[in-house]
Amino acid sequence: MSAVSKDNTIVNEKIVENATCTFCGCCCDDITLTVDMDKKVVTKAKDACVLGKSWFLNHVIEDKPIARIAGKEVPLDDAIDEAAKILIEAKFPILYGMSDTICEAQRQCAPIMDDCLGTIDTTTSVCHGPSGMAFQGVGEPSMTLGEVKNRADFVMYWGGNPAEAHPRHFARYAVTPEGMFTPNGKDDRTVVICDVRHTKTAGVADIFLQVKPGKDFELLWMLRAACKGVEIPDNCKEICGIDKETVVDLFEKMKNCTYGVIFFGMGLTMSRGRHFNSGALMALATDLNEFTHFVAKPARGHGNVTGADNVVAWQTGYPFGVNFSRGHPRFNPGEFTTVDTLTRGEADAALIIASDPVANFPKPAIDHITSDKCKLISIDTKNTPTSEAAHVSIQTSTYGINTGGTVYRMDDVPISLRPAFDSPFPSDLEVLTKLRKKVNKLAKELNRPYATKKYI
Amino acid sequence: MKGQLILIPGRSAKQGVGLNKGKLKDEYQKVTTTLEVSFEDAARMGLETGDHVKISNDIGETNVTVKALREGKIPEGYAFIPYGPPSSCLFDGETCGTGMPASKGMTIDVEFIKKGEKKKTKLPPRTAAG
Repeated sequence: MSAVSKDNTIVNEKIVENATCTFCGCCCDDITLTVDMDKKVVTKAKDACVLGKSWFLNHVIEDKPIARIAGKEVPLDDAIDEAAKILIEAKFPILYGMSDTICEAQRQCAPIMDDCLGTIDTTTSVCHGPSGMAFQGVGEPSMTLGEVKNRADFVMYWGGNPAEAHPRHFARYAVTPEGMFTPNGKDDRTVVICDVRHTKTAGVADIFLQVKPGKDFELLWMLRAACKGVEIPDNCKEICGIDKETVVDLFEKMKNCTYGVIFFGMGLTMSRGRHFNSGALMALATDLNEFTHFVAKPARGHGNVTGADNVVAWQTGYPFGVNFSRGHPRFNPGEFTTVDTLTRGEADAALIIASDPVANFPKPAIDHITSDKCKLISIDTKNTPTSEAAHVSIQTSTYGINTGGTVYRMDDVPISLRPAFDSPFPSDLEVLTKLRKKVNKLAKELNRPYATKKYI
Repeated sequence: MKGQLILIPGRSAKQGVGLNKGKLKDEYQKVTTTLEVSFEDAARMGLETGDHVKISNDIGETNVTVKALREGKIPEGYAFIPYGPPSSCLFDGETCGTGMPASKGMTIDVEFIKKGEKKKTKLPPRTAAG
C-alpha cells in the first residue's frame, strides 16, 4: 500500500493489524502498526503503551556486523562453529536467557546443553524464580487474564508497579475493562495496591497499603491466619506498617468478593524471604477459596519469559536451573542457577541468548563472566554490555517485528506473532538451529553417550 | 555530607524506554544513574536534586545523580534506582539457595561528590501534618 508522507513523497506503507507487542509479559495483541517498507521501520504503533511504542519504533535495521569473534567481523557460520567448539570443549558450559525470543527458538536450547553436558537457565531465575519454587511447594491458584477481565471484582497488586512495568495491564485486563460480570469496569471492582513505595500504580488504587519494607511475609501470614479464624494482632502497625483496622477491612473485602485476584511482582521475590514470600501469597489465595473464588498470578516482565519456563519445563521437567552433566536433567536453584554458577566461578563458557547479564547481574557474577576464565557467547538483537564483552557475538532479528513465532503471555496463553518487515539479520531460530546441529555433530564425534537422544 | 539509606532498585517506564533505544546510549545511562530519595533524607544529608553522589556498599560503588521526591512518594530512609549497571554493581552474588540475588533492600552509604549543574528543585511547602 502506498501513502503520501508529510513532504509529499510517496512511501511504500504497510499496515499490520493485531500485531503483538513482545516488550513485556502483557503481550498486547491488538496493536496496529504502520510500517515504512522502504526504510524498514515502524512509524506508528497505534494503541501501544509508552513501552510498546518505544519497542516498535526503536527496533530499526542497524548498520552492524551479523557476527563477530573477538570484535572482528566474521561470516555467521564461522561464529557458529567457534561457539559450538567453545561449548563442547567447556567443562561447565551454561546457557542463560531466552526470555526475549520465540518458543520455537527456545526449544533448540535444551538439546544444545544436553549434548554439552551443561546447564540451562532462563531469566526467570533472577525474576520470578522464587515464585517458580513456590509453585512446586504450594501450587498455583491460576487463571487467564480473560477470566480476570470478565469476572474479577477484587483486584490486588502486591510488590509490583504495573503502571510503569506493564502499562496496559489495567486497561486491557484487570482494572478498567468492561467484562461479562463487571459491566461497569472499575466501578465494579475494588482495586488494592500493596507496596513499599507510593508508585504511579498507587494512583489507581481504591486502597493503598504502604507495607514496611521486608515485612510482606508478616502481613501475608496475618491474613492467612485470619482465614483460619485468628484475630489480626493489635500491634499490626508495629509489625508491618499498616494499622489493624485497615488489615481487617482488607480481609473482609477479600472474603466477600465474588472473584478475587492478586498479581504480584518482584517486590516479593527479590527481597528477603524470596520464595517464602511468593509461597505465602499463593497459599493465601488458596486459603481464601474457603470463602470465595480467589486466584494469584506473578506479573511477568519480559515478553516471552513465560514461554521460556514452559518450553524448558516440557522438555526437561523443570522450568529453570537445569543441569545435564549426569546425562539426565537435575533441578536445583542455588546450584544450577546462573548467578550462582558465575559467582562461584564454575562456568567456563556461557551462551547468553536475548538477555544481558553483564548489565543486570551482581558484581561478582559480572566479574567472572567478563574474565578470561569464562568464554562468553552472545546472541542478541541489540548491542548490549553483554554483546560488547562477548568473545563470539551474533546479532539477530527481532521477534514480533522481523520474525513470527509463538510467545506465551504472562497467564500461559500462547499467542502467534505477526511480523512487520524483513531483516537482513538471521532469526534466533535460524542461528540456534544451526548451532544445535553443529554441537550435536561434535558430541557424536566425541561419542558423548546422550548425543543420539531424540527431542521433540 | 554523608548518610546511609536502604536501596530498592526496580523498573521504571523511562528505564524501559531507554532500554529499547539502546543500553549503550545516553538516555539509558542517565535514567539508570538517577537515585530517588525522599526530601527529608535529601535535606538531612544536605543534598538537592541534581547533586552528584557516590553510593557504595561492601560489594561495590558507583556515582549517581540525586532526585529528591515529594513527601510520601518514598519512605524516609529508603532510596530507589532503576535497574541497570549502576544498581547491579551493588548486588551481592549470594542467593541463599534460590538463584535470586538479594536485589532489593541493601544498605548503602551515600557520599556527596559535587553540586549539580542544573536548576535545583525547591522543597515543597510543608503540610499541616509536617
